[in-house]
Amino acid sequence: MAAFILSRVLYAIVVVFGVSVAVFFLVRMGGDPTSLFLPPDAPVEEIERFRQLMGFDRPLSEQYLAFLGKALQGDFGMSLRYDEPAMGLVLDRASATLTLSGSALLLSILIAVPLGILAAAFRGTIVDRISLVISLIGQSFPAFWLAIMLILLFSETFRFLPPSGRGSWENLVMPSIVLATYSTAIITRLLRSSMIEVLQADYIRTARGKGLSEWRIVMKHGLRNAAIPTITVIGLQVGALLGGAVITEEVFAYPGIGRLAIQAIANRDFTVVQAFVIVMAVTIVTINLLVDLSYGLLDPRMRNKG
Amino acid sequence: MSSFLKQFIESHLAALGLLIVALVIVGALFGQYLIPFDPDAQNILLRLKPPFFSGPNGVHVLGTDALGRDIFSRLVVGARVSLLVGVASVVISGTVGVAFGLIAGYEEKYAGRFLMAITDIQLAIPFLVLALAVAAVVGPSLWNIIAILGLTNWVQYARVVRSEVLALRRREFIQAAHTMGIPVPTILIRHLLPNVMSTVIVISSLLVAKMILFESSLSFLGLGVPPQTPTWGTMIADGRNYVGNAWWVATFPGIAIFATVIGINLIGDRLRDLLDPRLRQMEG
Repeated sequence: MAAFILSRVLYAIVVVFGVSVAVFFLVRMGGDPTSLFLPPDAPVEEIERFRQLMGFDRPLSEQYLAFLGKALQGDFGMSLRYDEPAMGLVLDRASATLTLSGSALLLSILIAVPLGILAAAFRGTIVDRISLVISLIGQSFPAFWLAIMLILLFSETFRFLPPSGRGSWENLVMPSIVLATYSTAIITRLLRSSMIEVLQADYIRTARGKGLSEWRIVMKHGLRNAAIPTITVIGLQVGALLGGAVITEEVFAYPGIGRLAIQAIANRDFTVVQAFVIVMAVTIVTINLLVDLSYGLLDPRMRNKG
Repeated sequence: MSSFLKQFIESHLAALGLLIVALVIVGALFGQYLIPFDPDAQNILLRLKPPFFSGPNGVHVLGTDALGRDIFSRLVVGARVSLLVGVASVVISGTVGVAFGLIAGYEEKYAGRFLMAITDIQLAIPFLVLALAVAAVVGPSLWNIIAILGLTNWVQYARVVRSEVLALRRREFIQAAHTMGIPVPTILIRHLLPNVMSTVIVISSLLVAKMILFESSLSFLGLGVPPQTPTWGTMIADGRNYVGNAWWVATFPGIAIFATVIGINLIGDRLRDLLDPRLRQMEG
């Protein structure tokens, strides 16, 4: 078990390292990044001073090592717009995004898990049909448009929910629904197909043969064995939720890190963009690591795999 | 082939999907000859007129936008961008991903691990922000968007193709080809590629739908194709400011995206059921 944990942790570190390389090259794709950071009318001396200050005149490998060395200490440089450390700006807004993504995740699990189980248990019936239609519709919505339609309906027409901002639970209702839509569709679909596969296994036939009640078969033997694929997909959905929060926050003017990132891109404030991507990556990798480690708890066979 | 089509449209939902997508294709190819108004013609006197408004030059079936342009005409023309981006970016990701998957499956050892690591790195980066940042660095243009979407979405192909190749490699016909001294590139292209094609078709159809959603999100945020081009995403962004007094401006382009994506997903689901039942569990 210790070797299993160690190998997963090492792998997670490799992935974050890979993301740091991607983030480093992101601003250097168009060549010398100086012009990305400065306004187009900056005087020549200032451009030169800034280039030296940021080290853009040095070899790439040296620049990357400097970037990595600082990044390891949490230093991503100053936001060029707010004149504050970029990482601090991102972390200040992180709790807002966590609240939103958390409530969306809770919402999708509350809908998708019962729906997926029922669809598999009553395969081919009307319940199953409904679950298929819901998941088809859920994954076809353009999220930003759904957001605008909800604002049109609940804020403009009926006026019982605020169209934007943060503060009370009412501000969370529409953004959570929008954000949860896609994940609900995916989790329902996957749980349904895993449950269907599990319910055809030999041990389920044995359980039926023993005369166990159908409820017990589905809930105990079925759900336990469908747990691993479901937890995997829920873990992956956390990444999708955090990514989707970007556009949801933008439409609802919700002050999380997604909105910060979009504003930073519009303002060419690339140190903030870099800090944002790293924070997201570390969060997503950590969650996937926890998911991987949970396999060890759920399935004893996994513990011996390196 | 015709019996395949017959089997395909036995599902009414799949037939509906085919119909929707056929309409979108007709709009994209011939739309400019079919539309009642010039999609770029502005008329400030006709701004924000509701659906079925009779203007001096005819009826505006879906109303007009804030610059007095005919929404129906712009929607039809906008189909071209959505479809072009959806198909072209999938061709890029399909080519890159399938090539990678074939190689990683056949030369298993390092390529396979490398592929897993690349996948996990991509999964850890929020795609939309990556695409926006790249668009901000290289500049927004139609072909840049296609390249960005294409090059950031090939991982699913690579993983699925790799796992299929891993299984196929042990089969006699591949072993025989190998023993006969047929060069590896020939084995990959002539013997392995045709055997993974049905899987590739299924992934592609579902990915086109996703790409259309991505493109509309990028356009909505203003970093997709240049703002002069009418696209469904930019039309929604324009309509967003008038949602209180002119609901139709943002509503119809959204319905267009939603219907197109549903249509493509219906086709993809049906292809998956017919061509590759094993893929039913592949999601994401």
